[in-house]
Amino acid sequence: MEFKDYYKVMGVARDATEAQIKQAYRKLARKYHPDVSKEKDAEARFKDLGEAYEVLKSPEKRAAYDQLGQGPKPGEDFRPPPDWGAGFEFSGAGGGEAAYSDFFESLFGAQGRGGAAGSRGAFRSGRGEDHHAKVLLDLEATLRGGARQLVLRLPEIDAGRLVSKERVLNVQVPKGIMAGQHIRLAGQGARGHGQEPPGDLFIEVEFQPHALYRVDGRDLYLDLPVAPWEAALGATVKTPTPTGTVDLKIPPGSHAGSKLRLKGRGIPATPPGDFYVILGIALPAAADDKAKAAYAAMAAALPFNPRANLGV
Amino acid sequence: MTTPQDQTLSGAIFEESATLTIEDLSRLCAVDERHIVAFVEEGVLEVIETSAQWHFRGSALRRARVALRLERDLELNLPGVALALELMDELEHLRRELEVKR
Repeated sequence: MEFKDYYKVMGVARDATEAQIKQAYRKLARKYHPDVSKEKDAEARFKDLGEAYEVLKSPEKRAAYDQLGQGPKPGEDFRPPPDWGAGFEFSGAGGGEAAYSDFFESLFGAQGRGGAAGSRGAFRSGRGEDHHAKVLLDLEATLRGGARQLVLRLPEIDAGRLVSKERVLNVQVPKGIMAGQHIRLAGQGARGHGQEPPGDLFIEVEFQPHALYRVDGRDLYLDLPVAPWEAALGATVKTPTPTGTVDLKIPPGSHAGSKLRLKGRGIPATPPGDFYVILGIALPAAADDKAKAAYAAMAAALPFNPRANLGV
Repeated sequence: MTTPQDQTLSGAIFEESATLTIEDLSRLCAVDERHIVAFVEEGVLEVIETSAQWHFRGSALRRARVALRLERDLELNLPGVALALELMDELEHLRRELEVKR
């Protein structure tokens, strides 16, 4: 088992005061809270942080933890000493949502988990609890709908210990679902108590970045390169859309950044989103004499100062 | 609770199929109804006004869950949660705009 240096996780000295620990927790919690943070490893960092704070904020747990010393050298296996925990009484019961590490569980057990604040956790009914999970889907799933195999990690109580179990589900993804929305699978949550019905499973959907399209709610955006003459003179060009290639009419006098809308060709929600094409001007390279001559002819023919509005 | 791997499950989009009562929200979030009332009074959750009983859009579930996590994990009070959620909405909006105009 890996030894966890809770002082290092919280970035405080081993002789930090309670006030310093609280301050460090608040600062790091704001930084790594998964709902707030855009840091890549926010979820894992926040979990470690919560566990470290759970131990260091409690005088009993902290004193017990301090007895372990600095722990083994990195990579060395850790086992709690046989007389571990003697003389300490760990208070606090009830469960938060977080699953703690094996290291924490071996020291403090499931009983050591702190009670959640306020009325949370106090509410119990006979019906099974609802489970929540988040999945990352390909954009095609919402554009076309279809079955996807989802691998979920769900916390479960196993022999009194909170463990994370893998669960594989085949789920029909509803066509038109948007990022942030949930698929509700009735009866797929926790078992009910006694004869009561099971809870539901709520799966929150996010999308992997798509190679061509960007997503904004139900709308899709595509960057489409066009040649200078296509933008200036107008043209009909082939354009990929989620429902297949279409012939898109570029109006004459278009410029870089021009936005063309294909109504109803975004995510097929109700109502469907729109498909936006943002034009970019691609310049042919002046690679040979013929191309150079063409550019020179254009320069000679057009009295054009692209910097006119800079006053030069 | 166990599902054979070859069985395909179908579910509806919760946000579009569901209208929630205060009892539903309270149960789904595992908090007391008074907690939900406090969220409404602070403007964290929006009620769709219908006759005598309060109803919420399905999207209120996600918002309520984020609000509860902020309260618990960051030890924020209610006005703090409301402010954080508003700023997070604005940030999300600006990020998306930036992404789209990239």
